[in-house]
Amino acid sequence: MPKKQSDPKLDRRKFLTAAAVAGAAGAVNPARAAPDAATSGEPRPPAVLPPNEHVAAAETDIPNIPPYSTENRRPTSDFMVDVIKSLDIKYLPSNPASSYRALHESLIDYGKNTMPEFLTCTHEEVGVGIAHGYYKIANKPLLTTCHGTVGLMHATMNIYNAFCDNAPVIVIAGNDMDAAHRPPGVPTFHSAQDINAIVRDYTKWDDTPISAQAFAQSFVRAYQIATTPPCGPVVISLDDGLAQEAVRDYGQALYIPKFVPTAPPAGEMGAVREAARLLANAEHPVIVADRAVITQQGMNLLVQLAELLQAPLVRQRSRLNFPTTHYLGRPATVIPQADVILGLELTDYWATVNKFTDNNHDGWGSMSPRTKPGTKLISISTQQLITKSNYQDYQRFQSVDVPIAGDVEATLPALIEALKDAIPDSRKDAIAKRGQTIKDAHERAREATKQAAAIAWDASPISTARLCMEIYAQIKDFDWSLVPSSGNVSGWPTRLWPMDKVYQFTGTSGGYGVGWGAPASVGGALANRDEGRFSVSIQSDGDLMYAPGALWTAVRHKIPLLAVMHNNRGYHQEVMHIQRLANFRDRNPNTGSDLAPIGTSIMNPDIEYHKLAESMGWWAKGPIKDPADLGPALKEAVAVVRSGQPALLNVWTQPR
Amino acid sequence: MKIARFYLLPFALVAGFMLAGAAAAAADPSAENGKAVFVKHGCWQCHGFEGQGSVATSGGMVIANTPLPFDAFKAYVRNPAGAMPPFHAEMISDADLADIYAYLESRPKPKPAKDIPLLNNLSSK
Repeated sequence: MPKKQSDPKLDRRKFLTAAAVAGAAGAVNPARAAPDAATSGEPRPPAVLPPNEHVAAAETDIPNIPPYSTENRRPTSDFMVDVIKSLDIKYLPSNPASSYRALHESLIDYGKNTMPEFLTCTHEEVGVGIAHGYYKIANKPLLTTCHGTVGLMHATMNIYNAFCDNAPVIVIAGNDMDAAHRPPGVPTFHSAQDINAIVRDYTKWDDTPISAQAFAQSFVRAYQIATTPPCGPVVISLDDGLAQEAVRDYGQALYIPKFVPTAPPAGEMGAVREAARLLANAEHPVIVADRAVITQQGMNLLVQLAELLQAPLVRQRSRLNFPTTHYLGRPATVIPQADVILGLELTDYWATVNKFTDNNHDGWGSMSPRTKPGTKLISISTQQLITKSNYQDYQRFQSVDVPIAGDVEATLPALIEALKDAIPDSRKDAIAKRGQTIKDAHERAREATKQAAAIAWDASPISTARLCMEIYAQIKDFDWSLVPSSGNVSGWPTRLWPMDKVYQFTGTSGGYGVGWGAPASVGGALANRDEGRFSVSIQSDGDLMYAPGALWTAVRHKIPLLAVMHNNRGYHQEVMHIQRLANFRDRNPNTGSDLAPIGTSIMNPDIEYHKLAESMGWWAKGPIKDPADLGPALKEAVAVVRSGQPALLNVWTQPR
Repeated sequence: MKIARFYLLPFALVAGFMLAGAAAAAADPSAENGKAVFVKHGCWQCHGFEGQGSVATSGGMVIANTPLPFDAFKAYVRNPAGAMPPFHAEMISDADLADIYAYLESRPKPKPAKDIPLLNNLSSK
């Protein structure tokens, strides 16, 4: 292979970095970004495509070899910054720490604090949460850096959320491994033999590179693994001793491996055809989608699939998946009628087709099937491709008739084509009739939902339905996004707000760890800011007190966000759990001086969240208890957000 | 992991109670006291302060202005099906239950949704 000649007039490092960034920028999940043959009506591309220019270059070109001279004692951390810059990482939401001080200094001085830009965070959990929320909107990972041991310990809960949500977050954890040379005292307290062990059970991959060249390979590999479905967080232990010392090449020129995104796994065609055969011949097929699609193209494919079958689609809560305006979107009550169920990246297939009721004195609850005997189950999921066992996010085992290991978005085009072939002409009238029946049911249900929202419309504290509809009235004419957040408001936004864009609702935290909502909402708003969208969050009270420092980061880095509080003044899930146990034991729970069982209320004193937000530079107002005051306050807050600042309304609400 | 575990009440059972015959509630029930004991005994937690319910905590069941006769209401509270935990007489007396029933019956009827602009102007530009 001939080696290319460098043009001495070019700044080779900048040129190569720019080329790699351009490659990475458009290249996360190539199958998801590919033209949609199924929806465009164009012939489907062959399974194996000839390489495009970018891929061909990656396969035949020599690796990037910038002039990393080992003369002049350049610090290794400068080289690490060049590695990081070779990927399309826009922000670095992090809390500072001595254990990565060398990299920090290189990032802001040598790297000029761009790509990535350091966003100062007040807690490592906030940094990870911002990265997670950003990914859910932007479909791109961010990097976050943590202090050794204690910092990574702070970050753990939101790393677990990201793991459960299949969200790529790249974590660098500072460490100082050389016990003979590192400073004694605090730096030694904050070092570990195997720092990644803290998070190994709930990260997709980790590494501890011990040379500059190994760091380059490790970081690019980490990016590739994190962004290949099933996506997930990865962690690299950064030896601060290595980062501080002069870069060494051990006699071989240093290089930065070129990142080429991995095509996501698609389902095996034989199984896909079997799935199509079952669906085509079903009387009552039902599609259930959970963590299924993250791109607009994926949503369009899912609409095409549902319309082809005229089958109801049940939206679970991990992603939007399907427009709320579409008549085929139906509640889970259609599941008992199904003779074939297609589950798309379900986080809990067992609970989709079975029922657990927590109604037994001994705490075991009762279980029963939701489906009728003989119902055929199909699954398209990447969950079998993750082999971690300690944490129980994989839920109960559910036997499935046609389990297909594959990414939903990558498999849908083939399933749609197979389904077109499998539907006999003799069934087309029946399928169309099924669609009309569903359409009628959808219309009736929508009217019933509106009427349910009208109940307690004028109540104080404010009903969650009123809260949500007052918000919608103020934002509906913008390009808006309900960013990842924590408020449990009985699902009113997805039940009544018209949503047909993937970024309008991006689902839950994944692991249900509280303290995710506030930082994730800031991360989502950050991604939306760059697209000129209006961001709104529904922020619960309990969640905000885990990580209130996220509010400061929003102001510090000029991230506009309307945060409307669902302040029910308690850890309401726990309120109900204690009540339930007390009932089982025939005794009234001790509420002390509160409304709810001791230990579950957040009152006496009531937290003045608006003042908390004001103290960190937010425009804020509250507490708002009268529903008549809510609309005018929202109007003011929206104007503030449109001027580029974050605004918070502290609203006292009904519990759910 | 915190997961809501409060599911739909069985409609068939509720319908059965409706047909069970309406016995009179306790004499002179007090909606005012009913509100106090509704809050004291934690009914609001799943059903909301107005008995409006929630898809997350009461399976969408609305108990404000319940169509259930008092006897059926009481029987269900004492021995519920589904996810609702029981409230036996050791926790709530019959008299307090009658007052709660009166409170729920006193809740204002909702306006028709078609008369609430925010529930109808759902299109965007």
